[in-house]
Amino acid sequence: MTERSFALIDGNSFYCSCERVFDPKLATRPVIVLSNNDGCAIARTSEAKALGIKMGDPFFKIRDLCRRERIAVYSSNYTLYGDMSRRMGWIYESWAREVETYSIDESFLDLSNFRLSERAELARDLRATVLRWTGVPTCVGIGPTKTLAKAANAMAKKDPEARGVVDLTDPAERQARLDRFHVSDVWGVGPRSWAKMEALGIKTAGDLARMDPRQIRMKFTVVGERTLHELRGVTCIDLETVVPQRKGIAVTRSFGRPVTTLEGLIEAVASHAFRAGEKLRRHGLAATHLSVFAHSNLHNGDPHFSAGATEDLIEATSDGLALIAAASRGARRLWPPRGAKLAKAGVILDDLVRADHAPAALIGGRDREKADRMMAAVDAVNARFGRGAIISAAAGMKMPWATKFEMRSPRYTTRVDELPVARAG
Amino acid sequence: MSRFVRAVALGPELRVPMFEHGLCAGFPSPADDFLEDAVDVARLLITNPPATFLWRVDGDSMQDAGIFDRDILVVDRSLEPRDRDVVVAIVNGERSLKRLSLAGRPRLAFANRRLPDFEAPELAEIELWGVVTWNLHRLRAVRP
Repeated sequence: MTERSFALIDGNSFYCSCERVFDPKLATRPVIVLSNNDGCAIARTSEAKALGIKMGDPFFKIRDLCRRERIAVYSSNYTLYGDMSRRMGWIYESWAREVETYSIDESFLDLSNFRLSERAELARDLRATVLRWTGVPTCVGIGPTKTLAKAANAMAKKDPEARGVVDLTDPAERQARLDRFHVSDVWGVGPRSWAKMEALGIKTAGDLARMDPRQIRMKFTVVGERTLHELRGVTCIDLETVVPQRKGIAVTRSFGRPVTTLEGLIEAVASHAFRAGEKLRRHGLAATHLSVFAHSNLHNGDPHFSAGATEDLIEATSDGLALIAAASRGARRLWPPRGAKLAKAGVILDDLVRADHAPAALIGGRDREKADRMMAAVDAVNARFGRGAIISAAAGMKMPWATKFEMRSPRYTTRVDELPVARAG
Repeated sequence: MSRFVRAVALGPELRVPMFEHGLCAGFPSPADDFLEDAVDVARLLITNPPATFLWRVDGDSMQDAGIFDRDILVVDRSLEPRDRDVVVAIVNGERSLKRLSLAGRPRLAFANRRLPDFEAPELAEIELWGVVTWNLHRLRAVRP
């Protein structure tokens, strides 16, 4: 019998950890990273959390606290975080047979082909390798479903005795841990359903798992019922399912045949970007960054290639055309692949905001060349998928409005003029 | 008449062609069976991409190891440090470049005869960040 097993691995305070890799002075200091335009705190080390800084705290409110407590404050450096994320992804790919990049710092791995007794040990080895190779500390949650893997990951973060890995495969251990896990922390349980669940006396994930599925379906639709089954260990959400969440959306596909031309790559990432845009719009979200990555097959002896490029979007957007334009820019930037055959490419949207809260950019002069490139990409998508009716709006305009990154660290890993410096003297 | 083999740069990588001779229309090139991929410098320098980072040198304390101010180093975090390796070492939070000695008590050293021996501060916290595998030293000055 082949029982499914998933792992969720993610970086601890990922953005802050990336900063710490290249500036060792930060090892003993609290660190926070701010959102676009230095608006609010979006990543905090445990030391910063202990000082009372909350997720989403506006910077102007905590500025004095940061100065007083010598908290290191950074603007977000998505170029760096994207590159570190890509490195981690590459490591995962050589460990697990299937990897779903869920967000910039979270990946689901399929561990079904490993023996039950080996999985936790494997996860510990993987953590140690990622830490040594990239400098980023991680936690791993393991379970027979993605919902359980996600819960296990959250448990691993909070339980120092877990040494970074919690495995919910064993039913007895699962039961005990889920009874201490608050239902509001369960993947897929939003604030509204949580309030309704409390009214039904459901406090923990264990309580939810013991409910009658039909009752849950009536009150919380099939989505609630699916969560219940997942908590019981019945796989309902498979790896390929791309579920958007606050942090990011990723659309990733392996190519049916290796891609060796820029046109082929652009066509692929354009369609990924288009799909990601559909997901954004469906959830009323907008993205402020778009990352493109592509790599060769790592197992068949082909020349190794792995590259990524992060593009800032002029304004937070869910416009398919703007996303396609950014994706093709990214594809051009990571080209050429040095003779390698590309096996996989993907698009990741970061730093998502509610579309109706997104600030508008100023409109500048129209950039014809950029617009042409963009239309070519759109045509390629339409030709391939037979989808028409893409509405052209403000996309492709040159915006004189640039994102502010006043306290950004160097782009250590992608710019030759911003490399980390080793003192010799 | 001597004939120079032309190196053609395509994009950021360097392609070094193995052959250069005119092809005669109608006849297969005798080189066809011997064509190989161009040498890929990145693959030569980087054996483990996810663990490899480039660093910039600041200073002259490693001259005797052939490492000069402003050189670019290839640093691999996945390698087990060995005796005599040049390493990026974090000494009390400072990012520095040193020679590692594992003969006897582990020690860090300069590689410059004109400098006094490196003495790590008392109770210094030392962390090895990565092992330097290559040094990219520019021989031809950038045109002013």
